[in-house]
Amino acid sequence: MISFTPSEEQQLIIDTVRRYASDRMRPAAYEADEKRTIPQDIIARGWDLGLLPSAIPEQYGGFGETHQALTGVLAAEELGYGDLSMALYLMTPNLFAIPILHYGTEEQKQKWLPRLVEGGFAPYTAALIEPRWSFDPHALHTVAEREGNVYEISGHKALVPLAADAQAFLVYAREGETTQAFIIERGTEGLAVLERESFMGIRALPTYELRLDDVHVPASCRLGGEQGIDIDHLMNYSRVALAALAVGVARGAFEYARDYAKQREAFGKPIAQNQSIAFMLAEMAIEVEAARLMTYEAAWHIDKEHNAVQQAALAKAYADEMALMVTDRAVQILGGHGYIREHPVERWLRNGRGFSTFLGLAMV
Amino acid sequence: MIDFEIPTPIKRQVQFITMLGEQVMRPVARYYDEHESERPWDYINLIWPTIRDRGGRSFSVEDGTEKTDKEGKPRPRIGYLMLAHVVEALSWGDAGLYLCTPGGALGGAAVDATGTPEQKERFLKRFGEGEPKWAAMAMTEPHAGSDTAAIRTTARLSEDGKEWILNGEKIFVTGGLMAAKESRGFVVVWATVDPSAGRAGMKPFVVEAGTPGMTVTKLEHKHGIRVSDTAAIVFNDCRIPYDNILGSPEVVKGDTEHKGFKGAMKTFDATRPLVAASALGIARASLEFTVSYLKDRGVKVRYGVAPHLQTAVERDLIHMEMQHRAGWLLVLKAVTKMDAGQENALEASMAKVKAGQVATYVSQKAVELLGPEGYSCKLLVEKWMRDARINDIYEGTGQINRLIVARRLLGYTSRELR
Ligand SMILES: Cc1cc2nc3c(=O)[nH]c(=O)nc-3n(C[C@H](O)[C@H](O)[C@H](O)COP(=O)(O)OP(=O)(O)OC[C@H]3O[C@@H](n4cnc5c(N)ncnc54)[C@H](O)[C@@H]3O)c2cc1C
Ligand SMILES: Cc1cc2nc3c(=O)[nH]c(=O)nc-3n(C[C@H](O)[C@H](O)[C@H](O)COP(=O)(O)OP(=O)(O)OC[C@H]3O[C@@H](n4cnc5c(N)ncnc54)[C@H](O)[C@@H]3O)c2cc1C
Repeated sequence: MISFTPSEEQQLIIDTVRRYASDRMRPAAYEADEKRTIPQDIIARGWDLGLLPSAIPEQYGGFGETHQALTGVLAAEELGYGDLSMALYLMTPNLFAIPILHYGTEEQKQKWLPRLVEGGFAPYTAALIEPRWSFDPHALHTVAEREGNVYEISGHKALVPLAADAQAFLVYAREGETTQAFIIERGTEGLAVLERESFMGIRALPTYELRLDDVHVPASCRLGGEQGIDIDHLMNYSRVALAALAVGVARGAFEYARDYAKQREAFGKPIAQNQSIAFMLAEMAIEVEAARLMTYEAAWHIDKEHNAVQQAALAKAYADEMALMVTDRAVQILGGHGYIREHPVERWLRNGRGFSTFLGLAMV
Repeated sequence: MIDFEIPTPIKRQVQFITMLGEQVMRPVARYYDEHESERPWDYINLIWPTIRDRGGRSFSVEDGTEKTDKEGKPRPRIGYLMLAHVVEALSWGDAGLYLCTPGGALGGAAVDATGTPEQKERFLKRFGEGEPKWAAMAMTEPHAGSDTAAIRTTARLSEDGKEWILNGEKIFVTGGLMAAKESRGFVVVWATVDPSAGRAGMKPFVVEAGTPGMTVTKLEHKHGIRVSDTAAIVFNDCRIPYDNILGSPEVVKGDTEHKGFKGAMKTFDATRPLVAASALGIARASLEFTVSYLKDRGVKVRYGVAPHLQTAVERDLIHMEMQHRAGWLLVLKAVTKMDAGQENALEASMAKVKAGQVATYVSQKAVELLGPEGYSCKLLVEKWMRDARINDIYEGTGQINRLIVARRLLGYTSRELR
């Protein structure tokens, strides 16, 4: 039966993550962006929320609940509301864990999942995006070729979060006509982590380019063994994650602009009492809500094991556009002050602009 | 728990209406577009028994009785959810014909939202029996549209206190001809009992069809939804029984505060999501037709494809689809809250803003994508575009609903944000 009300358990997750986002992430976000670094205690506290472990079954070291995209998006919205760089940082191990959870062979799950969830935050990551305008996850330029029992992988990746510290990478590569993923451990010959990247937004998140020159890995490192992966299905978890983060970022921008507009006076009254400001705010709220519902719906389809590519792609496309529109208007509503970095809205615009680029950078 | 499963009875109902839309409504849609004042009796006679058997409450909430499922557990109410689906599906068939559906319509909704139990019984019973009947709601006047508080139609008590005497002119009354003249229906007329009191003086009155002093003076010629009659109605010393003022008469005698304007707003909370649903039914018709027309000609929509590989047409279609879906989810949320008995004014206006905009955009884009075919009267696509356009205008224009949303978000009164 259709319902838009979270269950008690879902509400508890929302409340818990929201508190962390408001108390921990938001106050530290400005400095993190300026200094391009995130205090480790914030990450440690975020990890203590137990979001990833609760998606991993007990036999692999988690809390034994089933992995639900819907639960994931509820949490992701709050993390996005806190700070996008920190959210992506915290969710980086998901990029490694969730594909293994869904597609890993029994051996791969046994080997990796406990390492990811049993201790503190552990930097495991994934490399999907490539540094070209025509990046296409269905036609990667990073190529894997099989020679007997060994894969030879070569290519160039970008936007690999936490690569400098990562203990292992899930590297996506083209194998014949399909996209497959390979688990490559740190220090493998031919794998080079390049300079830290610099982007207009998500500046506190350390990301790197990655070069793979004839990297050799045993065939057992191919995710899912002979079966391999379905990249479209896997990307659904990324699409809804990013859509939810976008909703969180935009919600923050809307709230900030709304509060500002109520207290900022021009021409003898609060600027919010002008329709041109008030209507922008109304549309921002409508778009945030619509994108949220689209995200919930797509996540629900994923959890029902429907082929959710259509819903997830629509939700993401919608949220990409929405995040840009809402953050941009927030800047406009603050006027000149919106352009000044002491107010967070310009940062949210820089972050919000990225969503159309971020496919594969987050997963729930 | 967050869930998107639509209850089976609703799915079945939608299937049935889809069939009706394909087999009964669409084949005659063009004819009635071209014969503006003709009544679509074929459609009316076909649908009336269904409406009548549901008590004619096509625009109203489920009765108050608790429903239970097979195991005797209370079942959540789905009245408005059902209604939104019904309205959407009928509008998918043809929005003009949908507006000609006999029953309470907006007039019934006003009675439902503001009437006493006795009044509901007295005025709504007729829709469950006999021949087809219509009700209508008359708020708008020549000089008062969006600014409903500026209406000038007056209601004064007769000397003996037994009757109300109405004077004024109403325009743009949907179904006004059928409700006031051509069936045993009624018109809910908003009038002021105290012109100096503004909103507080506004009250709804039920005027029975054929009441002397009530005259239909004009039928409008419109851009779209042409089969639906849009009437001007003049009240000239029109006398109605004292008890035809909706709500408790005591409220009138004592204070002239409250009820009036709030009653109108409460009606809109119920009807706005349904207007939004109608808008999105037209949008879906336009979108589905465009997608299948193009598919037959080798143009497919691929989802999840890299942006630089999307064609311009694909991008448009995906954009239309996501906008449509966004609107529909907002409608579902607004009606779900209504069914749960929760305050939904914010959600109702949000859905209306979005749906009005989406229906206009999607239906206009469909004409564009189909080129000369889209513009041609050979297909219904151009008609759907004209039909869709009204939805950003009536039941509160896009701007008025944005005002309502903004006031709620900002905590402003209508004086602080106008
Ligand atoms: C990088 C930079 C350089 C600048 N250089 C100069 C300079 O050299 N010299 C100088 O004097 N100034 C300068 N300015 C200031 C700039 O001109 C102001 O920021 C601008 O005029 C807006 O004023 P405000 O920031 O106070 O916004 P506000 O006036 O507070 O406006 C906030 C928002 O409310 C809207 N708003 C205000 N009133 C109304 C209304 N009646 N109806 C509808 N909407 C309304 C505005 O459009 C805006 O969206 C500069 C600003 C920046 C950011
Ligand atoms: C086909 C049709 C059927 C209808 N059916 C009914 C019916 O059954 N019953 C009924 O009572 N009415 C009905 N109406 C009337 C409809 O509700 C009004 O047309 C509508 O509310 C707008 O009023 P108006 O046409 O007087 O426009 P106006 O109020 O004159 O508005 C003109 C423009 O100004 C804008 N505007 C007005 N005030 C503001 C403001 N404060 N801020 C910003 N913008 C503003 C409006 O949004 C609009 O764009 C119908 C109309 C049509 C066309």
